[in-house]
Order: sequence, then structure tokens, then C-alpha cells
Amino acid sequence: MNRQAQAAVMFLVGAAVLHAGFTDLHLRYVKAGLRPLLLAAGIVLIVAAIATVCYELRPRAAQETQETEQTQPEHHERRDHEVGHAQVGHAHREPRISWLLILPLLALILVAPPALGSYSAMRTGTALQPPWGFPTLPAGDPLKLSVGDYAGRAVYDHGRSLSGRRLKITGFIALDRSGEPYLVRMALNCCAADAQPVKIGLSGQIPAVLPPDAWLEVIGTYSGKQTKDPVNDGVIPFINVSEARRVPAPHDEYESGSS
Amino acid sequence: MTTTKAAPARAERRDADDPQGWQFNSSLVLTMVLLVVVALQGPIRRALSAPVMQSWMTVFVAVFVQALPFLVLGVLLSAIIAVFVPPSFFARALPGKPALAVPVAGMAGAVLPGCECASVPVAGALVRRGVTPAAALTFLLSAPAINPIVLTATAVAFPRHPQMVLARFVASLLVACAMGWLWQRLGRADWLRPPDRPSSDNLSKAAAFWGSVRHDVMHAGGFLVVGAMAAATLKAVVPADWLHAAADNPVVSILALAILAVLLSICSEADAFVAASLSQFSLTARLAFLVVGPMIDLKLFAMQAATFGRGFALRFAPATFTLAVLISALVGAVLL
Repeated sequence: MNRQAQAAVMFLVGAAVLHAGFTDLHLRYVKAGLRPLLLAAGIVLIVAAIATVCYELRPRAAQETQETEQTQPEHHERRDHEVGHAQVGHAHREPRISWLLILPLLALILVAPPALGSYSAMRTGTALQPPWGFPTLPAGDPLKLSVGDYAGRAVYDHGRSLSGRRLKITGFIALDRSGEPYLVRMALNCCAADAQPVKIGLSGQIPAVLPPDAWLEVIGTYSGKQTKDPVNDGVIPFINVSEARRVPAPHDEYESGSS
Repeated sequence: MTTTKAAPARAERRDADDPQGWQFNSSLVLTMVLLVVVALQGPIRRALSAPVMQSWMTVFVAVFVQALPFLVLGVLLSAIIAVFVPPSFFARALPGKPALAVPVAGMAGAVLPGCECASVPVAGALVRRGVTPAAALTFLLSAPAINPIVLTATAVAFPRHPQMVLARFVASLLVACAMGWLWQRLGRADWLRPPDRPSSDNLSKAAAFWGSVRHDVMHAGGFLVVGAMAAATLKAVVPADWLHAAADNPVVSILALAILAVLLSICSEADAFVAASLSQFSLTARLAFLVVGPMIDLKLFAMQAATFGRGFALRFAPATFTLAVLISALVGAVLL
């Protein structure tokens, strides 16, 4: 890959990263805290691309003034490729591995793959960790809770702080092999490579049709029922659903893993 | 008539004195590839709509996007050091005795922030500037593992196990020094093919700086893509219960994660986050993953062979792997 092409790839990767950072796109792949770093990296890449182009053009401009007498158009082609290497004294092979940088660029611009959904969730065991403590829940009816918070209180606090409350939880649907539905959120520590699901089983008045990956807001109460995740023997608590409705996917489809 | 005769002669000369052959056309190739892919985006999207492919792509993009800022930061700092720190500084900073120079070079690795992709060319330059190879190799091994960026990333990835940062620092430094002393005792100069890299001495400082940034971003970025693809394949295709089975036996789990580190070839600035997600493994096994990964993996082996010669890489890589596994098991038993 020559330097012009390298500059183009750096510019495009930088622009794609900036685009992802300025929109909600980056939330599909990394946690929100990485956003300033992403923007800075995008800017550096674009500056490096511009600098590369500048240093490529500078010796060529000098050479063109020397060769003003030679006006045959064929000379341009030869000059184009020789200048890039001869002027910088570079007999070094440019890395061919850098062609691979086109792949994430295309993936980010053209495909923009979605946040991890039911496929990954059902391949991975529920990643419920014992929480640090159980702070008193605020007032509110129904009370909004995250999937991780509900599962942690239901399993490790035996639902003490949940009893008698109407709870509102949002997650996506994942079906196990027997077609049993679960309400799932992926928990993220840093990026989607470390995302792990937290699952809640649904009992009570479940909607008849539950397509996987559909986002659902359920209102329900604590249920003592539990089951084991076949993948890793992790505990999956249940919620007793009284109302459920389809909702659009939230801006950030992941929950924070450390909370 | 004159023009048609002149053209083939010119083309021959171009092939003769240009070592890159076809590569001067790469702007054209790049444009063609982008145009073709944009034109075919509908079929490509449809082909990638299967859940396995979607999940693969998400993890692939996620690893790349997450590691990119760290890579750029490391590349910037390594370019600053390569361009603005004079070569004589290294000669003055290191003790004359090789046995003493090894631990000093190991500690010096702590102040060169960068991932392993950046440390290979720096170590090559050190050898060329007359630094004793034992010290340069110690630096090569320690710099990607114990610098502040990597240790900070480790602390962020293991919020509940701060001792992981200390264990990684101690184990990596021990392995690096042990390899340096081993090279000093057993190493032979003819195994090392002196690194042959283009000189940037005749360039202005700014040109050399941006040239270094461009080269490292393109080079290390390409290897980062390889690592991201391997990690995504592992995550999306290999069933979780394989790793689950390996995690049960303490000895097997250490070896499994050490081999995984070699195969995955993740940048040392990002590997802590992958290690954190391998939560079914013991902390010692994950320490082995973090110690082996920055020192020897597939892409590093390729880079070492390219920089120092294949005869060197074939001897150096297995010795590093063995020592890294043994020492991380020991350190893990004491500290974790």
C-alpha cells in the first residue's frame, strides 16, 4: 500500500471513528466512557493522514519545478511512483498487513453491526455477580429497575427489598432451546467482547407472541421461582409479569457490568 | 512513435529499481475495492445477516474500536521517543556492564508507553545504536507489559482485583530480566540478523514524527485487525463450554490461557479486558494470559522474525513462552 492509499485509509478510519463517537453508534460496541478517547483517536488519525499527504506532495512540488522543460505527459506517471520512495530514501517494504484495516472500516460504515442480542445471550451463561450491597430502593410505582439490579436483589437478597413493589424492567427477549422466554440485558465492562448476559425468567401473563431480540417493558412483581442456566449453572430468577408491552430499543442497549 | 517505444523500457526500469513491484498502484486498488463494496452493499449485508455473522462482526468491530484509541496513544508516544529522544541518551542511561544493564533496561520498559507492535522496532533500533542485545531484548519484552497505559488498562479491567496489576508488573519484569540474562549467557551474536530499517536521519523532525506515526498505525493497526478477527471468531464460534471444561483443572487452565494468548495476539493495551471476560478461569490462569500475550504471540513472532531474523525468533519464542508460563504460575501462587 503506498502512502497516498495509507493516508486515505487513515483518514477514512478516523472519520468513521469520529462518526461513531458523535452518534450513538459507539454505544453498540464500547461503553460510554470511552467516547472522549475515541474522538481524540479519530482526530489524531485524520491529522496524521493530512500530514502524510502534505509530506508526499512537498518533494513532488519541488521536483516539478525542476522538470518544467520536460513536457511529455508520460513522465508524470514515472515521477508519481518514484518520488514517494526515492525522495524519502525508503527501500523499506510498506506493510501489506495494513490492507486489513479496510475490513473494520467497511464493517463500521456499511454494515454497522447491531449490539449483541439473543444469539450471544443464549450461548453464554448468565453472569450474575453478588452485588456490593442493597441500597434502599426509592419510592415510585411502578419502580424502574435494571435487569442486573432485579436479578441481584432477587437471588442474593432473596427479594426482601422487592416484595410488595410493582417493578418496571426493560430488556430484550431471548428464547432457550425449548422456547422458554427470558428477559435479558447484556452487561458491559469495556467493550462488546466482554459483554455477558444477565437473564430473568418470565412467568405470569406473558404475551403470546415473543420474537427473539424484541425489546419488552414488563411490569410485574417479585417471584420466588428460580431456575438454572444450562450453560454455566448460574441462577436465573423469575418475575411475575402483570403487563408487558413492546418498546423501541434504548439508546444504550447494554447495562454497566460493574454496577 | 517515440512514446510507444519508450513506455515498455520505462516499465522495466520501474520493476528493477522499485522493490515494491505492484504496490505503487495501491491507491487505484483501494478505490476499486471501496467502489465494488459500496456497489454490492445490499448482497453483502444480506450475506452477513445470520446471527453468527452479526455477533462475529459486532465483537470484531468492538475489539477494534475499543483498542484503537490505546493504539493511537501508544503510537504517538513511541514516535515522540523515537524522534525527539537522541540516540546518545540510551547509551548514557544504561550501565556498561550487561548484567546490570538488563534490569535497568527492564525498568526502562516502564516508561515507554506503547503496545508490543511499537516495542519491536524500538528494540531493533536500540540494537543498531549499540545497546547490548541482552538489554535490548529485555526492553523488548518488558516495555509492552509494564508501561503505565497497560497497567492502567489492567486496573480498569480488574476493578475488584487490584493485586492483578502488581502481579502482572512483577511477573512480566521477572520474565523479561530472566530472558535478558539467559541471552547474555547462551545467546550467540550470529543468531541475530542486525535489524535493517530505513534511516530517517535525513528527514526533518516533524516529517520523521508523522512518518513514524503513519508507519506504526498502519502496521500495528493491521495486526490489531488480525487479533480482533481471532477474538471475534473465538467468541462467536467456539462454544463457551470448551473453555468451561478447560477452566476446571488448575494446570490445564494456565496452559490453555497461555496458548490462547499466543493464538489471539491481542494488543497488550487491550488484552486485560479480554482476560477480565474469561471469568470462569482462575486469576493465576488469567495472569498467565496477561504475561504471555505481550511477550510472544503469532503476530509478535512474525514481527520478531522480520526484525531480528528467523533463526533468532525460532529460539527466542519457545524459551520466552516456557519462562513466562512458569513465572506467572509462581507469581500467581504467591500474589493472587
